[in-house]
Amino acid sequence: MTASSAAPRARIHAGAHRGHPLWIVWLVHRLSGLALALFLPVHFLVLGLALNDPAALDGALRWMDNPWVKAAETGLVLLLGLHLFGGLRLLALEFLPWSPRQKTFAAAAVALACAISAGFLLSAV
Amino acid sequence: MTDDIDTLAVEVWRGDARGGGYVAYAVPRRESQTVLDVVTWIQHNAEPALAYRFACRVGMCGSCAMTVNGAPRWTCRTHVRRVAKAGRLRIAPLRNLLVIRDLAADMAPFFDKWTEAGGTFAPTATRDEPAAEIPPETPERAAADAGIECINCAVCYAACDTVAMAPDYLGPAALNRAWTLLNDARDGGQAGRLKAVSGDNGCANCHSHQSCADLCPNGLNPTAAIAGLKRRAGRAWLRGGA
Repeated sequence: MTASSAAPRARIHAGAHRGHPLWIVWLVHRLSGLALALFLPVHFLVLGLALNDPAALDGALRWMDNPWVKAAETGLVLLLGLHLFGGLRLLALEFLPWSPRQKTFAAAAVALACAISAGFLLSAV
Repeated sequence: MTDDIDTLAVEVWRGDARGGGYVAYAVPRRESQTVLDVVTWIQHNAEPALAYRFACRVGMCGSCAMTVNGAPRWTCRTHVRRVAKAGRLRIAPLRNLLVIRDLAADMAPFFDKWTEAGGTFAPTATRDEPAAEIPPETPERAAADAGIECINCAVCYAACDTVAMAPDYLGPAALNRAWTLLNDARDGGQAGRLKAVSGDNGCANCHSHQSCADLCPNGLNPTAAIAGLKRRAGRAWLRGGA
């Protein structure tokens, strides 16, 4: 098998198998995870200001009251919801008895994430 | 749409494992025409040296799968009307396999993986003993029945992005086969099979893209089979086994 993987492959046009709803949900889960991984160090750095530089933290918190920051935070909540519910969907897929309603579960995960981020936005404005 | 067109613009990949490219052909449009009909027309009328593979032409043998407009399909039962956009077809060999020549891919690694995944039935009785009675309504038999109509066409294997990223991964077809045997009460090779599908190249690699289920021409769901294997392997791991 290793020999076959090392050998050259023909360059062919083949990507149309992607793009169905469950593939897109996989991609969204992966990208939301990457985006959250980039956000979290910044998040912890800002929280760390409470120990080292409370005045700077106060400044950061005032800056976060800007409407466009609230909009960006709504995006973050959406990413968090997509990753959380997408992950729960995957756990259910792998550890619970198989259900043929995979697309319904995927749609529910996206809908819950949207609802939570919309709730965050409404409470922030 | 394609129905109003009397000539199809077809691009066929020609070459071998060292490389190749698409060659254009104009093919007459026919009623109820399949993609395999198109390829056969090209070989009979335009390019006698074109290499491709087919046998039964009725969706049973699984030998005619190719990449059609970017997605793997069984060509004998894929109607041109369903896949051609504005009368255009682009036909290539299956992805994730080496090309032998033109549209014929080397299926050896695909079948080697069936063996590697423990896809061989291990009988526990001889022909002299009475036939085993397997009630069809048992959950195990129902799980096996859901996957046994595989025709080995490798459409799922070509559609699998995990195989593309990890070429040694056993792939959806081999794991689906292993799942049907794991649920076969007559089989005696379960311990070795569970170990085979739980290894580095086994079921845990699956990212659940579900393209295999989306494109399986027989409507099987290898992702469901692999999820079953993950549960079975996880349980065995918790018990200190494979």
